[in-house]
Amino acid sequence: MLMTTVQLDGDQTENLSCSAGASRQAFGDRVFFAVLTGASLIAPLILLLFVAVLAYGAWPSIREFGLSFLTSSVWEPNPERERYGAFPFIVGTLISATLALALAAPAGIGIATLVNEVLPSRLRGTARFLIEILATIPSVVYGLWGVFVLAPWVSGTLQPALAKPLGFIPVFGPPYEPRNMLCAVLILAIMVLPIIVSVSLDAIRSVPASYREAALGLGATRWEMVRIAVWPPARSGFIGGCILALGRALGETMAVTMVIGNGRRISASLFAASDTVASTIANQFAEAPSDLFTAALIEMALLLFVVTLSVNVIARWLIRPAARTGARP
Amino acid sequence: MSPVYRRWKSRLFLGLMGLALLVCLVPLASLLLTLVVKGGHVISLRFLTAGWQPVGERGGGIAHAIAGSLYLLGVATLIAAPLGLAKGLFLARGDRHWLTGPVRVLLDVMSGIPAIIVGVFVYTLVVRRGGFSLGTGFSLLAGGLALAMIMLPIFARTTEEAVRAIPPSVDEAGLALGLPRRRVVLWIVLRSAVPAVLTGLFLALARVAGEAAPLLFTAFGSNAFPGSPLEPAGSLPQLLFEYARQPFEELVRQAWGAALVLVAMILAVRLLTHAYTRWRYGGHGGHA
Amino acid sequence: MNLMETNLKPPASTPASPARPPRIVVDRLEAGFGRHQVLRSVSLDLPDRAITAVMGPSGCGKSTFIRCINRLHDEVPGAWARGSIAVDGQDLYAPSVDPVQLRRRIGMVFQRPNPFPTFSIYDNVAVGLRLNGTRKRAILDERVEQSLRRAALWDEVKDRLDKPGTGLSGGQQQRLCIARALAVEPEILLLDEPCSALDPVATERIEELLLDLERDYTLVMVTHNIQQAARVADRTVFLLLGELVEVGQTSDMFTNPKDPRTESFISGRFG
Repeated sequence: MLMTTVQLDGDQTENLSCSAGASRQAFGDRVFFAVLTGASLIAPLILLLFVAVLAYGAWPSIREFGLSFLTSSVWEPNPERERYGAFPFIVGTLISATLALALAAPAGIGIATLVNEVLPSRLRGTARFLIEILATIPSVVYGLWGVFVLAPWVSGTLQPALAKPLGFIPVFGPPYEPRNMLCAVLILAIMVLPIIVSVSLDAIRSVPASYREAALGLGATRWEMVRIAVWPPARSGFIGGCILALGRALGETMAVTMVIGNGRRISASLFAASDTVASTIANQFAEAPSDLFTAALIEMALLLFVVTLSVNVIARWLIRPAARTGARP
Repeated sequence: MSPVYRRWKSRLFLGLMGLALLVCLVPLASLLLTLVVKGGHVISLRFLTAGWQPVGERGGGIAHAIAGSLYLLGVATLIAAPLGLAKGLFLARGDRHWLTGPVRVLLDVMSGIPAIIVGVFVYTLVVRRGGFSLGTGFSLLAGGLALAMIMLPIFARTTEEAVRAIPPSVDEAGLALGLPRRRVVLWIVLRSAVPAVLTGLFLALARVAGEAAPLLFTAFGSNAFPGSPLEPAGSLPQLLFEYARQPFEELVRQAWGAALVLVAMILAVRLLTHAYTRWRYGGHGGHA
Repeated sequence: MNLMETNLKPPASTPASPARPPRIVVDRLEAGFGRHQVLRSVSLDLPDRAITAVMGPSGCGKSTFIRCINRLHDEVPGAWARGSIAVDGQDLYAPSVDPVQLRRRIGMVFQRPNPFPTFSIYDNVAVGLRLNGTRKRAILDERVEQSLRRAALWDEVKDRLDKPGTGLSGGQQQRLCIARALAVEPEILLLDEPCSALDPVATERIEELLLDLERDYTLVMVTHNIQQAARVADRTVFLLLGELVEVGQTSDMFTNPKDPRTESFISGRFG
């Protein structure tokens, strides 16, 4: 409802027109909405600026290393022969995010289903509240807990329990380090869980009650009802929620930085210290020894930006239809 | 398949879901418990009101970081609130404008940018010396700007929803009184939406108050109380991150105290806004 | 015909006489949205200090018609209008006319009571004056009281002026909206089905109020309620599918409709 005009029909003299010179008010309104529009455009413009600024900052590194930046594992800040490759960090990011999602997705969808389809509505509110708290706790606080509670538990209890029977598999084999990939995976899983649960809940809630009644009317058990009538129509919402969670997991920084051990290498073992793109930036950016080093880190930021951006666009696109037809009153 | 088998299958899977819920509650319970126990030991009036002390000296507190956080959030609000309001109004009352679609999509996308990248971006554009950067160096201002960029999409979205909840008939009633549209939008529609807009602002603040990642290379951190906006500033999340990595028992203790303070502040804001919203809309049963 | 049961407004209160010039003259008014034409060449006169009912089945363009009179129709995206509407001889759609100024002279009350949310009762009435530049508290107080009294609401709300307007009952809210419109001192008051969302008791109070306001204002009221038109209107306009079918003294039209379509509508053969 911005500037509305009454269409002119030039032939007739007794036209009802709202001509521009008629009204100071119309001009004032136009100025007002122009200011509003201008202010609204600032942030989107900044977003477009993001790519330009990051690319500019990363340029020395892009020029120096080209594509080998993505595939090289050498990270050498030695001033005589600086060389940087982000491969281990990229792998670390992908592994931590994927495994976290593999843990959180079934749990999250299960919890959402349970909350909406099984729990009495009295408990429903409580469950939502707990999930809300989970989502509210800052990343650094998760990190603190990860360092002093989760990591000791993983290396003291989980690792011996898994290493004894399964240690011959490289994934559970040495090296055993106190802060490691598994800690990061677990903490990421906990952190993305609320996203998956809340998006899945929205998707499940938008499934019409008549579907459920139809399934129950056919004599389905509650589980069969879920499988037949609830999950299929909610599927795109589930996928959207998971991809949104993936985007979050890829970019999650503080907690991961604190518990992953900053290993800077690729290891088959979950118990080895590793690094992700985000944790490397967080750890080293402020102490970058040279301009090229900074540029390499900015290039990693650019990379992460492009990846999370695409992931988010896909997720939003998937969630959209579910939200449109959703249970809005 | 026998009905008995089907019934047990149903119970099995529902039971698994219940188990998932319980397993997820364990870390939450552990986290909250540790936080309250370890943090509770540290918190005292002195801890909350004293500034930083060198390791080894007794009586150090986190007041400088609390103050820094409040300053940073203040700067972020000063930047994000007007822009968010404009955006929210534009999206909710500029329906026919061809730019509303793109703006909304870009805002959505913006809310998905990892916080650490916002930090790198602000560093490159504002903090760093040289290039086309503003070259402010590590500063309160840069930190506030980074937080504002995270706040903005959240606040704009809630503002849009708040304004959209005001029915168009309100606009028409205002126009019918002989008021120009800008006054109707600003002084009637927006004012009608103020409670919901404020709720959104506080939720956005609660969301960014715990962010450390965008502050690492912008506000950087400081052991002093915040001074000039062009100097580095400390903050609770950043202090937490620093102290947790230190080998000193005393600093780790303080980190737990800071964590409890931070979580308590954020939860308090959330619960208060929640209660306020319920009181407001549960109260006199007015508009939706 | 069930006209015998209809409670016609006594002709004694009909001030319109051929000697007095009409207040509003509509000439070949056409209006619509985009390609959709709603009004087709409507021409008619509306008398001063009288209630004119605009009647017709839903979708016949009643609302569009009165929304052209205060040019609120302009505010809808894609809306257009042709022809002329003159008030006291001046064309409302002349380029020199500022629609914003115009709406201060021509107030409007809507179908659903729409007090401003989160505004107190006082602020609801005062906001029009305030935003038009009246700042003095004494003047505002006086005008608020005057308007609320005029809308027959003062006694019910005078002790809770600072309470939200949305807390009132539906009928009270609608009278609040009338007070709000009266506060900016219009000469003409447009009412778009003001009672359609109200119960019969509240409706009766509003109708009494309209009969009282008629002495000072020119009232144009859209209604699809035939009984209501008969009870309160001096003159009735009957629109069908955007065309003017008949206009005349209410008593004439109800007892002796000239057009067969009017007759069918009055006797209830249209929705």
